[in-house]
Formats: sequence, structure tokens, C-alpha cells
Amino acid sequence: MSNQIQRKQYLAAYGFVVPFFIVFIAMLVVPLIFSGYLSFFVDRIIGGVSFVGFENYIRAFTDPAFLAGLGRTALILVIQVPIMLALALAFALALDSGRVRGSNILRLLIFVPYAVPGVVATLMWGYLYGGEFGLIAQMARGLGLPAPDLLSNETILFSIMNIVTWAFVGYNMVIIYSALKSIPAELYEAAEIDGASQWRVAWSVKIPAVRPAIMLTVIFSVIGSFQIFNEPSLLQPLAPTAINQSYTPNFYAYNLAFVNQDVNYAAAIAFLLGFIIMIVSYVVQLSTQRKERTA
Amino acid sequence: MTAPALPVPAADVVGKATKRKAYNRDNQRSAALTIVMWLAALYFVLPLLWLFIASTKNNSDLFSTFGLWFGNSFNLFTNIVDVFTVQDGIYARWAINTVLYAGTSAVGATLLATMAGYAFAKYRFPGGKLLFSITLGAIMIPLTALTIPTYLLFSQAGITNTPWAVIVPSLVSPFGVFLMRVYAADAIPDSLIEAARMDGASEVRIFWQVGLRLLGPGIITVLLFSLVATWNNYFLPLIMLNSGELLPLTVGLAQQQATSAAGGGAQALFSTVITGSFISIIPLIIAFLYLQRYWQTGLATGGVKG
Repeated sequence: MSNQIQRKQYLAAYGFVVPFFIVFIAMLVVPLIFSGYLSFFVDRIIGGVSFVGFENYIRAFTDPAFLAGLGRTALILVIQVPIMLALALAFALALDSGRVRGSNILRLLIFVPYAVPGVVATLMWGYLYGGEFGLIAQMARGLGLPAPDLLSNETILFSIMNIVTWAFVGYNMVIIYSALKSIPAELYEAAEIDGASQWRVAWSVKIPAVRPAIMLTVIFSVIGSFQIFNEPSLLQPLAPTAINQSYTPNFYAYNLAFVNQDVNYAAAIAFLLGFIIMIVSYVVQLSTQRKERTA
Repeated sequence: MTAPALPVPAADVVGKATKRKAYNRDNQRSAALTIVMWLAALYFVLPLLWLFIASTKNNSDLFSTFGLWFGNSFNLFTNIVDVFTVQDGIYARWAINTVLYAGTSAVGATLLATMAGYAFAKYRFPGGKLLFSITLGAIMIPLTALTIPTYLLFSQAGITNTPWAVIVPSLVSPFGVFLMRVYAADAIPDSLIEAARMDGASEVRIFWQVGLRLLGPGIITVLLFSLVATWNNYFLPLIMLNSGELLPLTVGLAQQQATSAAGGGAQALFSTVITGSFISIIPLIIAFLYLQRYWQTGLATGGVKG
């Protein structure tokens, strides 16, 4: 390739990439740096804005409100995410096995909640949970049981987990299902002819083959769990005692910035949150890569 | 939870399904599995059925009749009229805003992602690998963690409480770039680009006339999922906007709900909020159903490499 042609192609490539990176820098890199910058300052009533180094971060790690929110996120990560992804995987395998009648309709029905805005999903479940005209309370009463209080201190976290599960099982299922469909049939036809059971085929052939897709759903779920905001924010009026202003880290950052006007501390929390997500995602990826190597 | 913007690309669902059906021959359907799956589907469908039935009820039926069956009077049309007339019909305004914000953001984000993804797939250029790695790394940055600093920057520039404050941050879709790169790598043969070059077509023209045509299903997939991400976004407009007439449906409905939950004389709003919520979810559900052939094929090609 002559130099001139090569230069023309470089130019074209940069031309295609530059518009994306202009927005990328303006909307991603700059806010990230600005957030980091803000987090090193404190705005006091007496003395104004001053540089304090890592003080906001030290404050965060000794702030019981922030740590409690982080703890709730951890509970969601170890309880809700595995349940959601196990359901998504099970549904995807069942639909892919070709043994279910009406599997095309089923796939759409399970996916539909993804198209429902988080706000509407939360409002709707809020009504369903509620004591007044809530469906769950109505059903319990119809069976002669006491209506469960799904908005109490003890139950609200599970009520939130349920909303997230309802909304995202179908989305994760579609990702895994699409990957399952791309497995070359020869890979398991041989096993089927040899008389391997569907369970065995699923476990030894299909699941290993869609590991990258499962990985992606894990990473997205980790990111999503740390960003939970809609649910506590919209359920708070229904459960004012159960949901405090630091219920999840993201909700806390919002309240710090816009209710308490403590922008610097909010920036530190937001920055820290991003950092924690990167570490957790990285650890998740690393641990599965190691598993693959030993396998 | 915030929806991640895009799904992983994977197999050509339609094509594979037919090919496989031939093999799956007398494939014994399992009655037990079928029943279990349909029972499971109830969990996903019943809440939406409840929402529909509730939007046919007036307030007193809402409180006094069973949730999964119709009330004493069929009030759907009265409720719809209420939705569009309450507060001088601000709901229609919110709906237009939602379409405008989501439409502009989705088209913009898809265009940027398609150009970048195409370049990463089809050109070797200095720094290309590095830039692509940076983009991949950015998938993991939680966008909501950036929203507060973005708000502070925008408020200094004086563009908060304008449509731009919602649209511009939604234009960045690192995962869209990743998906388009994977899709373009498989969908556009290098030989076709070379042939077009031989014919003397410019690089830009090759992209518009050869690239875009072959990238169709990938583009629709990225478009649809960016549309959902913006349409359903609550956090960003909540922070950026404060004039009632600029709000999208998500924030508007949440405010209406807060007013009706605060109770008192505003009680009548319950059925309005429920009906408004129900109407707001119809367009996206139709879009997904109508375009399913495209996005299911668009989830095509090589996600397994992802």
C-alpha cells in the first residue's frame, strides 16, 4: 500500500472515530476527572472551600450510613443476582431444549418486563405490595391469611429484590438464549445420539459453550446492583420508616448532593462507587478466567 | 436498577431455529416442563395484567374490588380522558418530551457507535487498538456515578433544565461501539470494501453505501436498546430538569404518584396515575414485538467471541 493511500485510510478511520470520542471525553472523561477533583475539597460554612486530601474518603469508610447502604448492595449481590441469573439460565435452557409448547410466546412474555420503565415497574409493584388495594394483600385475605407487610423494615429489601428480578430475568434470558442458539448443533447432536440425557447435554456442552454470555450478564448485574436508585427513591413515600436517605449508595449520593447540598462528599461517594464497581467486575472476570484455565 | 444499554450479540436466531427444527424431529415435548414454564410466565405477566385491569377501574372500585377482575363499571375510557386532561393535559407534553429525548438520543448514539464500530472493525490505524480498549474499559463505568458531576458542570455552563442536558449525556454508548464492531467485522466482507475502493469510491461513500446497508439488523438492535435506555431513564432527567413542562413521562408520573400518595383531596389521581403508567408502557412493548425479527437477528454473529 502506498503511503498516500494509507494516509487517506488513516484519516478516514480517525474521522469515523472522532465524533464518538468527542462526546466520550466530554460526557465521560471530564465528569469523571471533575468528580475526582471535587472529592478532595470540603465546603464549610466558616472558611469556605478548602483542599482536604483524602478526608472525604476517610469519612466515607467510617460513615455508618454509607457502609450500611453498601452492605445492602452486598446482600443483593449474593442473594438476588444469583437467583435472577439462575432463573434466566434455566428458562433459556428450557426454551432452547425444544421441549416446551409455545416457546416463542413464552420467550416474549418473560422478556416483556424489560420494556417496562423502572419507574412504572416500581410504582406498579408498590401498589401490589400495598395494604389498601394491593393484590398480594387481597389474595392473602381471600385465603384467610393475615396480609403480609411487604413494606416493613425487615421485608422491604426483599421487595426491592423482587422488583429487580421481575424486570431483568427476561433480559438476561434473551442474552443467554441468543448465545445458546449460536452453538453449532453438531456439538451436542453427537452426545444426544450417544444417549446422553438433556440434563447432561445442558451441563457438559451447552453451559460451558455460553460461558462468555453468562459472564456478561454477571458483569451487567454487578454494575446494575450498585446503581440501584429508582426503587428506594420511589418506594420511600410508601415505606418512610424502612427506607432512609442512605438506603443504597446511589440514593445516598443523590440525597447528599441535592438535599444536604454536600456536593464534595457526594462526589467522593460517586467516585468511590465507580471504583468499587470496577474492582468487583474485575475480580469476577479474573476468577472465571482462572477457572477456565484450570478446566 | 438501571438497565445496561445493550445485550450481547449472538446467533442468527431465525436461521438456526429452522435449521435445527429439521433435526429435532419427533422431539418429545415435555408436558411437565411446559406446565412449569407457563406457570413461571404468570409471574411476569400477572402484574401487567393487574395494571391493565386497574386502569379500567374508578377509584372506589380500585379499593373495593378484586385486583385481577374488572370492577363494577368499565372506566378505561374515562380514565384515558382524565390522563390527558389532568393539569391541563400535561401528560401529552410529557409523552412528546419522552419521544423527543429518547428519539434524538437513540439516533445520535447509534450513529456515533456505528461509525466508531465500523472504523474499529474495518481499519487498522495507529492507536486504534488502544482506543478500542479504552472504550471496552468504559463499559464498566457506572453512568449514574457520572450524573452528579455532569449536573454540576452543566449548571456552570447554564444548560441544566434544557432538553440538551438529558440528550447529550445519553449519546455515549461504549457498549454500542463494542456491539457494532463485532457485528461489522462479520457482516461486511473486506473484499467488498476493496472492490469499492478499486472503483474509486471515497471512504465516506463506502461507509454510507456499502457499510450501512449491511449493518441493518445491528443498527436496529443498537437503536432499539438505546431507545429503551433513554425512554426508561429516571435518574438523569430527575436531576437535570425541574420545569414541569420539560419532564419526560418517567419523572412526571413519579411526581403525580407522589402527589396522589400524599393523599387528601388529590386521591382521585390514583386511577389517573395507573392508567397513565399503563399507556406509557405500550409504545415500547409494541416496538419490541414489531421489531422482534430484527433485534433477534441483530443479536447476531459472534457474541460468543465477546
